[in-house]
Amino acid sequence: MNDDRSTLSCAEFQAKMAELIGSGEDLTLHPHLKDCEGCRALLADLQTIADAARQLFPSVEPPDEVWEHIESAIKQKN
Amino acid sequence: MADVPTPTQTPQRTRVNGGKEAATDKSAVTLPADADVLARAQAGDHQAFAQLYTLHKRRIYSLCLRMVGNVAEAEDLTQEAFLQLHRKIATFRGDSAFSTWLHRLAINVVLMQLRKKGLSLISLDEAMEPNPEEGPSRSFGAPDLMLTGAIDRLVLERAIADLPAGYRLIFILHDVEGFEHNEIASMLECSIGNSKSQLHKARLKLREALRMQNRQEARP
Repeated sequence: MNDDRSTLSCAEFQAKMAELIGSGEDLTLHPHLKDCEGCRALLADLQTIADAARQLFPSVEPPDEVWEHIESAIKQKN
Repeated sequence: MADVPTPTQTPQRTRVNGGKEAATDKSAVTLPADADVLARAQAGDHQAFAQLYTLHKRRIYSLCLRMVGNVAEAEDLTQEAFLQLHRKIATFRGDSAFSTWLHRLAINVVLMQLRKKGLSLISLDEAMEPNPEEGPSRSFGAPDLMLTGAIDRLVLERAIADLPAGYRLIFILHDVEGFEHNEIASMLECSIGNSKSQLHKARLKLREALRMQNRQEARP
């Protein structure tokens, strides 16, 4: 595989994306993206999805009955 | 004991980034007072177990709800997870953070339920390795269909619900709940690289689904 960051093909760049993103590297500065509109769009989309996820599924409390059932089951067992 | 909170009282939480509250919950069990609560619960103290429930109920219930998308099922799964915790708590040896251990226990309960519902999941290993046919396709070119800045929340939630369970689990744990890859790797007993790879595939799958939705909406 070609390891020269500036001459990576799209396939090679995308094969490395998971590791690069996971490492926390600022991929917007990656040389491949300077000239590759497609991979820039892909990265922007993935960032948009990750950002949107933070607004999803508000964290909620279980209703009180859940604890009541747990406590009842524990008492029955004892 | 008047100063012991009942499990139905809500602990104070700091919400960060519109939904993440991981830091508050995860740090909770590292405080000496909470270590004491854990030790007492392990010794069979019911009040201490109730306190543990109070500390962790929101995150475990939310995880269950996000994974199964059904309130009644999420309540049952939360109940089962804490009953399993009650049975197994004495076996916790502190090799990982308690919240990580509890999450792993809850995730196993959720995956068992998904299996019962007909999804071919037997273990976490299989959940982590979705069928190759379910994987995302490579995406070269096609910048014309870049997603716009504002993603329809309902469309995204539906797309997440349609993800294969393994991808959904990683995506929810990392992007929604805010766990780090090393924590997820510990929860799922996989490598950090595997966690990164699965998360990337999950995001690619979601992108495909959202672009498909865009195409359908663009049709005359």
